[in-house]
Amino acid sequence: MTFKQRSILPGFGLTLGFTLTYLSLIVLIPLSATFLKASSLSWAAFWHIVTSPRALASYRLTFGASLIAALINLFFGMLLAWVLVRYNFPGKKIFDSMVDLPFALPTAVAGIALTTIYSTHGWVGRYLDSIGIKAAYSPLGVVIALTFIGLPFVVRTVQPVLEDLDKEMEEAAASLGANRWQTFSRVILPSVAPAALTGFTMAFARAIGEYGSVVFISGNMPMKTEITPLLIITKLEQYDYAGATAIAVVMLVFSFTMLLAINLLQKWSSRHHHSGGTPEAVEGEALHAPVYAEA
Amino acid sequence: MKRVSLMLALLFALSLSSAAQNVTLLNVSYDPTRELYQDYNAAFARYWKAKSGQTVNIQQSHGGSSKQARAVIDGLEADVVTLALAYDIDAISERAHLLPANWQSRLPNNSSPYTSTIIFLVRKGNPKQIKDWDDLVRPGIAIITPNPKTSGGARWNYLGAWGYAFKKNGGDENKAKEFMSKLYKNVPVLDSGARGATTTFVERGMGDVLIAWENEVLLGAKDLGQDKFDIVVPSISILCEPTVSLVDKVADKKGTRAVAQAYLEYLYSPEGQEIAAKRYYRPRSEAVARKYGNQFPKVKLFTLAEIIGDWQKTNKIHFADGGLFDQIYQPQ
Repeated sequence: MTFKQRSILPGFGLTLGFTLTYLSLIVLIPLSATFLKASSLSWAAFWHIVTSPRALASYRLTFGASLIAALINLFFGMLLAWVLVRYNFPGKKIFDSMVDLPFALPTAVAGIALTTIYSTHGWVGRYLDSIGIKAAYSPLGVVIALTFIGLPFVVRTVQPVLEDLDKEMEEAAASLGANRWQTFSRVILPSVAPAALTGFTMAFARAIGEYGSVVFISGNMPMKTEITPLLIITKLEQYDYAGATAIAVVMLVFSFTMLLAINLLQKWSSRHHHSGGTPEAVEGEALHAPVYAEA
Repeated sequence: MKRVSLMLALLFALSLSSAAQNVTLLNVSYDPTRELYQDYNAAFARYWKAKSGQTVNIQQSHGGSSKQARAVIDGLEADVVTLALAYDIDAISERAHLLPANWQSRLPNNSSPYTSTIIFLVRKGNPKQIKDWDDLVRPGIAIITPNPKTSGGARWNYLGAWGYAFKKNGGDENKAKEFMSKLYKNVPVLDSGARGATTTFVERGMGDVLIAWENEVLLGAKDLGQDKFDIVVPSISILCEPTVSLVDKVADKKGTRAVAQAYLEYLYSPEGQEIAAKRYYRPRSEAVARKYGNQFPKVKLFTLAEIIGDWQKTNKIHFADGGLFDQIYQPQ
């Protein structure tokens, strides 16, 4: 009852009810079916399936490649967002729209296109091959595909924050004697960090579940380039529903834990940023003040 | 009031008779039969119209064989299934009980109206001199074949190689295992399906040899570019028997049993056999086989029963988790 009084807008009960029903229908019920199906296995059988050498190798690849791809996207996504917000150049609108293409493109098409380019006879692959780098049909190929599909996330989360960031703040920082690196690391970075982290999380989560594009470029070799979603499909193809869901459960638990951890980190970082608790942040505190006033 | 009820009765009768005049079948099939059933459905519709006066409209669904079987298990209302492996139809019988376990004995030739085999496609001029299964295990040969765990065609590829090694070594399973392990060491990419493997070989230029369905290679010979590839036929290969069955419970529910049954039986008729042959499936009918003899390469064929047994056994030994195929990739 107390939270009802706190709310200024009416309709809290209705909207909360709707939210819970909607989330249950769309997310919870399908996911709990997964757990239910997996629970038809005995604990020993479950453990045997999810810790088989092949499954372990596939987790390493899926989570490792997803992490690398998300880190690449974090760095280059921020760079892209920066360029798209801060500079004007001919064709900017077109570049801006191109960022969203990996969202819209069917993943199989992306996979086929990337494989064409990066295979040993492809436009890029042949040059990489000549210096001894195998792009397609290797773990590198998996990273390439996951980087491609995760590109829009960081750009699209950081872009609006950068747009809202006043140029005057940087000018003020400069006039107060900050050098360029200080301006970036003390003024700009703290403002965009929560958004960048959100983008990173989304890119990471998207990459973990990706199947369509990766199966074309990875080569699908057991123990080497076999991603976990493929292992699940393989089990389904053999009518091994329980085995497939067992591995799916492991992925779900892994992913959920990681997303939760990143969310907590994000919360912590934004609180840390807002309170400006550390001594060295005090200097930047004055610069930040106007932003809070607006918000 | 009387007129209204009369009209209603008339409408009802009309709708009934139109239902009797039109019947829709769903044939759930696998990937490479697309062209075959396109032709066959038209021929059967003509035949059925002449025979019963009914207009039959046949809908087709194509996809990976076991994926299709799973769709039927999960409720896709197929009147008939025409899949790559008997094992996939077994799965429908076993898991969803939509058809009796003895389904394979209900039609001639173990319910397999047409057959095919496994042959090789190599680069033009055969630069690596690949002539038989033995050449595939030579060091330095790159073989393109899909993953037998996810592709029905790839299971036949695997079994073709196994049968060769098994027969050549006088039934010595350990020697055959060794052969298979060497063969799959030469496979740089395991695509998830047969079409994907063909793309890898043809479009990406990967590998020296593609192991594939005979009907796919012959049908696609023109599209693939005859100036770029040569067909190589091994000394012996496996007789692939794609199977067909009525899905009893669905057909009974929809009231289509008679027409669905006729649909499958007509596959064995001279016309059905000829359409299969034209689409590069080996016909069962000897007369039709003679007529189209020139288009099929001469190759000695062995059956799955000769080298292993039935599909249940084959799957358990070779493709189940921890089976022989997994052992090839398991770290020693």
